[in-house]
Amino acid sequence: MSHYESPTRQPLVRGHKTYHDITVDIAYPIEHPSGKLWWLAFSLAMATFLYGVGCIAYTIGTGIGTWGLNRSIGWAWDITNFVWWVGIGHAGTLISAVLLLFRQKWRMAVNRSAEAMTIFAVVQAAIFPVIHMGRPWVGYWVFPIPNQFGSFWINFNSPLLWDVFAISTYFSVSVVFWYMGLLPDFAMIRDRAKKPFSKKIYSFLSMGWGGKAKHWQRHEELELVLAGLATPLVFSVHTIVSFDFATSIVKGWHSTVYPPYFVAGAIFSGFAMVQTLLSVMRKVMHMEDYITRDHIEVMNKVIIVTGGMVAVAYATEFWVGWYSGSRYEDFTYFSPGAAVGPYWWAFWALILCNVLIPGLLWIRKIRRSFFWTFIISIVVNVGMWFERFDIIVVNLSRDYLPGGWTMFMPTVIDVGIFIGTNGFFFVLFLLYARTFPVISQASLKSILKSSGESYKKHHTEEEHQNEH
Amino acid sequence: MSTKTIYGLYADDDELLEAIHTFNKEGIAIKEVYTPFPLHGLDTALGLKKTRISDAAFFYGIYGLTLASLMTWYMMNHDWPQDIGGKPSFTWFENLPAFIPIMFELTIFCAAHLMSLTFLAVSKMYPGAKAQNPDPRTTDDKFLVEIESADVEMIKDAFIKTGAEEVTVRDLTPVK
Repeated sequence: MSHYESPTRQPLVRGHKTYHDITVDIAYPIEHPSGKLWWLAFSLAMATFLYGVGCIAYTIGTGIGTWGLNRSIGWAWDITNFVWWVGIGHAGTLISAVLLLFRQKWRMAVNRSAEAMTIFAVVQAAIFPVIHMGRPWVGYWVFPIPNQFGSFWINFNSPLLWDVFAISTYFSVSVVFWYMGLLPDFAMIRDRAKKPFSKKIYSFLSMGWGGKAKHWQRHEELELVLAGLATPLVFSVHTIVSFDFATSIVKGWHSTVYPPYFVAGAIFSGFAMVQTLLSVMRKVMHMEDYITRDHIEVMNKVIIVTGGMVAVAYATEFWVGWYSGSRYEDFTYFSPGAAVGPYWWAFWALILCNVLIPGLLWIRKIRRSFFWTFIISIVVNVGMWFERFDIIVVNLSRDYLPGGWTMFMPTVIDVGIFIGTNGFFFVLFLLYARTFPVISQASLKSILKSSGESYKKHHTEEEHQNEH
Repeated sequence: MSTKTIYGLYADDDELLEAIHTFNKEGIAIKEVYTPFPLHGLDTALGLKKTRISDAAFFYGIYGLTLASLMTWYMMNHDWPQDIGGKPSFTWFENLPAFIPIMFELTIFCAAHLMSLTFLAVSKMYPGAKAQNPDPRTTDDKFLVEIESADVEMIKDAFIKTGAEEVTVRDLTPVK
């Protein structure tokens, strides 16, 4: 069987790895106690999470009046954070589904963690609309459940309800996709486990997977079809999120460019978060041989492309705002009015963080640098947060009548809840990193002979000898 | 002579595939093969039929689409029609554009979940099921071939000749 791959392609697994080495490397963090750094990060994340829980409890106990909302701006901080978190989730599905269909082998080192990030980010996103209901205990009313109100059904014409269906489908399908891929890796951990307790846990999780030929055949088919289903799903989710705004009649929101623009922005911010997480994880968890400089570079290229798309969308919106000559358009989040208005700082934060600084990634040296990748990835996430803040707050702050003009400033509670979701996200991610196989080792083994460094070198040498 | 189960353990995927081709030529029937990762060409070498779970997924998708169509029709047009925002719901067809997102999501939802459940069911996998691989090394770096035969010596030789690292013989019925 030929394992040939062009020598111009960089190896995806560095060093002289065997199948067994991959097993040992991936199982290492699970089988060994966590280091000081992990405990430090975990305590910090836990503390911020608990602070967020406190702020949420205060909100529910006292009411939405604890937030900075007012008559003109009835929707600000919470929906900004909701859209931001959902957007971050998009990279995981893009890597695992779209790149599977495109047969991109480099995805195998990063898809597991990216999918974990997706799931944990969607959990954070879901918190915001639920607590904004004011009475979260009746949150299940958003589902089509028979009831005693004369059967008064939910409104399927509403984009908010589409969102309920889109987000819950996205979340549950992402979990299933992730879990099906985890089965062979859990089985690997199970077969190595020595302590009876962990053996029991991983036996339960791996569902008896044994790697039979027929099961692998079905598993491959399952992954392929799930990828095919998840691909339109991931594009639909942020499209439907953008409908929350685009189907309304608020100036600046009522725009046909929103769906593609939101999807590109989501992938942009999602890849930035993947970079933030992986550039740290590869070092702390000693995965440098699997998540290489080349992996980081290709993801930076995705950031360049999607960042370019959003930049074009910004330019278009700005042009339309100015060229229309409409006085209402001059108040939208992308208009000369916004650039010099009371929210000028939010406008320029967006331009700086989303267009100018990520533009540095066009320089090869910078996009191949771990340090700069980490810094720029955080800048992009800040920028994407400001994008949503601008869209929501700037557009609402200038109502149609000057009497309704107002400003929005978050309260301590608003900020606390947002910080809390960041803590919760890292609590989940850190727990995942200690208990789950963070790289899909079974798929990685299947490309070792074609893309492993020592095997590749061996192939080229052999061919070289054959020529003479 | 009673039928016994003989296991041959291989260290390399290419050796394993060659061994399977040899067994096929010699007419030795292979019961099962356990591998740590998906091997390309293994299903054709073993003569496995194409799996039909993707066909099932198609029908699950149709089911989800039908479910969403019926649900939106029943709730919005039949059971309790309302005039929402000056957009009355007289017929399902007139309302259809607003239902597309729901229909799309439920199609994906049913196809993905029911297909995954089908996969688990036909593979006899469930939370807490006993590990199906007879040797724990097959999830790490070893490849195991399982053959049921009465002629133990012949199979043993075949395994050793094709480069198996280890050959084990097990009685089909437990020894009393």
